[in-house]
Parts: sequence; C-alpha cells; structure tokens
Amino acid sequence: MDPMFIKPFIASIQNVFSTMMQLQVTVKEPFLKKDDNPNHDVSGIIGMSGDVQGSVVLAFPQKTAENVVALFAGSPMQLGTPDFADAVGELVNMVSGGAKAMFKDKKVAISCPSVIIGGNHHVARQSDLPCVVIPCATDCGDLYIEVMIKPSPVSTTAKTGATAAQPAKA
Amino acid sequence: MRILLVDDSKTMRNIQKAVLAQLGHTEVLEACDGQDALSKAPAFRPDLMLVDWNMPNMDGLTFVKAWRTTNKTTPIIMVTTEAEKSRVIEAIKAGVNNYVVKPFTPDLLSQRIQETLAKCGQSAAA
Repeated sequence: MDPMFIKPFIASIQNVFSTMMQLQVTVKEPFLKKDDNPNHDVSGIIGMSGDVQGSVVLAFPQKTAENVVALFAGSPMQLGTPDFADAVGELVNMVSGGAKAMFKDKKVAISCPSVIIGGNHHVARQSDLPCVVIPCATDCGDLYIEVMIKPSPVSTTAKTGATAAQPAKA
Repeated sequence: MRILLVDDSKTMRNIQKAVLAQLGHTEVLEACDGQDALSKAPAFRPDLMLVDWNMPNMDGLTFVKAWRTTNKTTPIIMVTTEAEKSRVIEAIKAGVNNYVVKPFTPDLLSQRIQETLAKCGQSAAA
C-alpha cells in the first residue's frame, strides 16, 4: 500500500488524541495483517469513498477502550452501552476525517461510523485489499489502526455522505 | 442566549455543552441530525447554532441550506471533521458564519463562539 495512505493516519491519531485527551500516542512499526490476527474487543469502523475506497478500523483491547473512552468523555462509561459506542465512533470519525484531509489532491468522503463490541472479534476485509495494521502505544494501553484502502479504479468526485458503511451505531 | 447544538454524537454534544457552560451558556437544546434540528429550531428560535457536517438522515450542510431559505441571520458555526479548504468554502457559501475543525481544544471553540457572536452583532454574554 502506498505510504501516502498510511502517514496521514499516524499524524491524525496523534493529533486527535493529544488535542482531545492530552494523550501521547507512540506509533510502532506498521505491518501487513495476515489471517485474522490481531483480534480485538472494541472496533470503530468507518468507510471511505470517492477518489479512494475502503475502510478504516480503530481497534482496542477492552481495557484500553475503557480507559480511552473515560478520558475522552470525561467520565467512565460502561462497555457495551450506546454512549460507549458513540464515543468510540466519534474517535474513529475524527481520526479518519483528519487523515483524509491530508490526502493530497484527492476528494474523499467518509461514512458515519459503526462500532463493534465483542470479545476477541476480527473485522473481515475485502480479499483484494491489503490491510496495514498500525500499532499504537499510549498511557491508556495499546490500540491499533487498521487501514484497508486503495485508489478508486476511476477517479470520482466524492459526494457528501459516503455510503460505504451503514450510518448505524452499534 | 439560546443555543442549538446539532451533532449525532452524544459524546461530542456533551463536550461542546461543557465549553458552552464555561462561557455561561446553559440554555442549550440538542438535536441529533439535520432533520431533528429543522423540527426543533423554529420553536426554539436559537441565537446561535453549532452544527456538525456528517450526520445520518440529514447532514449539516443540507440543514444549513434549508434553514437559510427562511432565516438569513442566525449565526451558525460548523463543527466538523471536514478539514479540506474546498469543504470550508462550500460551507461558507451555504451560509455558515464560522468553522471549527475537530479535534478542537475548549479554548479554540470558545474563541470561535465569541468571535462569531461579535461578528454577527450579538453579545457573548449568557
């Protein structure tokens, strides 16, 4: 995958976490996801369409998700509640929105986020798309960004309100 | 001062409400998307609106365009992850008075609220 699709996500997660939570993010070496590993407990998913297509997952172990959500929302939230999912969805929304603004000369729209909560799940991906996993370390615990995007076969003009994912929140 | 807060994320509405409370604004009505805002705004008669862009059912830009057909003066701040210059221009053309890109610090949001109210000839006092 073109590094121009990876670097914006690294810059964006560092900006979002430091601005909203004063939380420093240390990025480790990205790698290609093979099989279903790593699995996760909480995943926020957002679709991208327009000049690039695919999806982005912000994925957490349970403890990290609880710590991050508490910091972001200002108070602890119970795992699995709609408010918990809302907070995770908003984080992936901000990380993806910030990253797409850094894609040079590309018009990209993002969908409303979906959130999956369930122990040790994996998010299936399109077979024709490589998935780059960006491991991140924070004082709240480790988390991952999974980027599965590619340039569109035919460059299109992004429309407001992508439809790559359903606008429902788990 | 009556403020309408339009965002599909309850977490984000709470964060913005906390900033508004710090500025002394407590008369805040929440809407979860553009449709909800269109149904609530006429009766509430807001003095300021903070509007997200990407929302289900009706996005913020569509809401702003619809609202501006009947109301040209209510100050509107778009608070969104849409950071591209072309998007900002699109929003301004639709009738938005000011623009805040998420993520934001409380100080930045406060500053934009105060400058918007000053620009639109309204007092920032609650």
